Order: sequence, then structure tokens, then C-alpha cells
Amino acid sequence: MEWHDDGIILGLRRHGETSAIVELFTPSHGRHLGLVRGGRSRRQQVVLQPGNSVHATWRARLDEHLGTFVIEPDVSRAAALMESQTALYAFATLAAHIRLLPERDPHPEIFVRFMEALPLLPDPQAGAQEIVRFELTLLADLGFGLDLTECASTGGRQELVFVSPKSGRAVSREAGIPYADRLLKLPEFLRLEDADASTDDLAAGFALTGYFLKRHVFEPRRIALPVERERLIARLKS
Amino acid sequence: MTSATSPELDRLIQLLARLPGLGPRSARRAVLHLIKKREQLLVPLADALHSAAEHITICATCGNVDTSDPCAICVDPRRDPATLCVVEDVSDLWALERAKATRGRYHVLGGTLSPLDGIGPDDLSIAPLVARAKDPAVTEVILAVNATVEGQTTAHYVTDMLHDADVKVTRLAHGVPVGGELDYLDDGTLAAAMRSRTPF
Ligand SMILES: [Zn+2]
Repeated sequence: MEWHDDGIILGLRRHGETSAIVELFTPSHGRHLGLVRGGRSRRQQVVLQPGNSVHATWRARLDEHLGTFVIEPDVSRAAALMESQTALYAFATLAAHIRLLPERDPHPEIFVRFMEALPLLPDPQAGAQEIVRFELTLLADLGFGLDLTECASTGGRQELVFVSPKSGRAVSREAGIPYADRLLKLPEFLRLEDADASTDDLAAGFALTGYFLKRHVFEPRRIALPVERERLIARLKS
Repeated sequence: MTSATSPELDRLIQLLARLPGLGPRSARRAVLHLIKKREQLLVPLADALHSAAEHITICATCGNVDTSDPCAICVDPRRDPATLCVVEDVSDLWALERAKATRGRYHVLGGTLSPLDGIGPDDLSIAPLVARAKDPAVTEVILAVNATVEGQTTAHYVTDMLHDADVKVTRLAHGVPVGGELDYLDDGTLAAAMRSRTPF
């Protein structure tokens, strides 16, 4: 068994004195683990940092084996992430979300969203927007997509400012105002790609995706939303 | 498979082979060496191991390993009570002690936030650190964690948790190692060193 793919390092764990088990997210092989021999050497440790893009070759005798990776550096991003608290929290949040996906199962749309988000993480505002968009893509990928294109009650496409927590569908300002306290806010940046997002918009975005992620994904698995996501939201507000 | 050695020696070899850096081959060599140096090495080693097993404990204050609790560093009156130096593991504490890098006391976190290892904030010694930092005598917390993504994520998390403690939080500089030639440094380290340059 052997394949070549490009990927992003999500995490790693020590294995014995000299090796490491590396968790890679790749377009064609999904989230994939493998052993890197000598992965704890000085030279390799620099390459094997979460956030870095790498070229990987995976080999194993049998498909079900852990297998070994040979990893070559491509784009080094870890040092830039390490310069910013929000970038580190943002990356940890994305990595935790990707861990919800089964191993070795390709999720090309999520991969594309992830790659779009990565270079923006050092910018707190842009990075936060990307995470909320990533979370919408994740919900859709897991079968709980929100319909934000038209009003659930009138079918209109204008002034969609709410989302129904029951149906996950957008609601227009006019139809929603009487029940506003029971609806979730839909910030503009989630409908228009290049809309600016205020701090309140970002908080509304996180509240929206957080609500559905918790209900459909995290609570059924009896796990909590990542602590780094919570810290990131707190940081953006301060 | 029949063995040329006795069960006692086999057991010794097997145990030594489980030590970091040793395999079965080097464990066999070590055992042969111990037997040859019975009086100079084998007996003193057995005594030292026995004594360690009997007396070694973990300091309930800082997490250091010592024969007393609190440990010798925690009770040493010459250590600066105003400074707490936070490290990931006891091995890092030992490294800083060897280098005589700080006169402060230590706090061992017990690792970093590491989802692949299933380590979350509650698995690390963060709450006890916050409690120690709230002691009015403490004015600075130095985060001496590894310059890795997981180490720095943990450092930021710890900084957030220390928000209500009235302390200055500092971290080690990231940059050019002693003996490091710029040409051989990776891009990230070089860029970080440039950003954290200091007046000369
Ligand atoms: Zn101590």
C-alpha cells in the first residue's frame, strides 16, 4: 500500500523516544494518521508542526495498518500561528472540528474551506469569519446544513436576518420580528461573501453555528465544544 | 525459544529494554556490563533503585520530583518567591536548573494541551498554578514552555486563566539558538527572531 498526497499537519503525538505519530488532513485521503520515524529529531520537529503544509508519502504492508509517513516540507505556517493567540485558538478549533470526521474519509469541500481559512488565521477578524464559514460547511457535510437562501415563512430572499433554531432555515426581518427573541441572528457576512463583520456580527455568527453544532454534533457524541473556540470568542469580544 | 540466560537475567534484560533509548540488544550489553562490574555498579545501582523507589515523591506544590514534599526548591529560602517559572515536564525543570536559568520557583504543568493524546485543560496542573499565582508575593509568571504550536497554545490558555491574578506574564524568546547559523535556520524561526529583535 502506498500513496502520495499533500496535506496539512493537524497534530502529533510522541511515539517512543525518537518517533512521532502525525495526524494529517489531506484532500484525497481525509484525516490520516501515520508514524514518522525519527519524527522527534531537531530537523523533523520543525517540519512536523501543526499548520504546516507538507508533501506526504504513506506506506503500509496492509491497508488497515497505521503505516509510516515520509514527510517533506512545503509551506511553513507554524511560526506565524505561534505569533498570535487568536490564530492558535482558531487553528486548534478547526483541528478539533476536523477530528469529528471519520479517519481516512475524504471530505474535499471541508478541505477547500480549511485551506481558504488557514492563511487568514493570523488576522483575528478575517480568521474568525473563516471559522464560522467553515463551521457552516462542516454542518452541511455532516448532514445538518442550514438553508440561508430564502425565508422559511415567506420564501422571500431579501433582508434575511434571522435563522429558526427549529428548522435551521433563514427568516426575513418582516416575518421574524414578532418572534425575534426566539430566533438566532443571521449576520450579513454569512450571506454576502465580502460583507464586513463587526464584533457583534462575529459573535452572532459563532452563536449561530455553535447552537447547531452543539445540538446536532457535539451533544449527541457527549463531547463539549472545543475550549479553544470558547477562548477565541472571548478574545474577540474583549 | 530457549534462552541461554537464567530467568532472573532474562527479566532484568526485559525490564532494562523498556527504558528510553535502550532496546533488547543494548539491554543485554548493559546487563553483561553490570555483572562484570558487580561491586562498582550492580550493587550500588540496586541500592540506588531501591532507595529511589522507597523515597521519591512528587512535590504537591510544584510537581517536581524529589525525596521530600515540598521539594528542596520549594523550601529553599534563597529562591525568589516573586517568580514562578512554568514548564511542561520535570525534564524541562531539570534543564533550567542545570542552566541555572532562573532563581524563581517552578510549576510543572504535566504536559501541553494535546487533543491527539486526549489531554485537555483539566488534565494539566492549571488550576493549582492560578491559585499559586494569586499569592500576593508572586509578581511574575514566566511561561517556559516549548516553542511548538501545542506548547504556545497552552501558554496562551494559561495566560487567559491567569487574567485575574495580579501578575506579569512573560514567555521565553523565540529566535536564533546559540551556535545557530542564519543560513541553516528554518524560515519561521528566522522570521520570529527578526520580529522579536532587541536593542543592541
Ligand atoms: Zn516543589
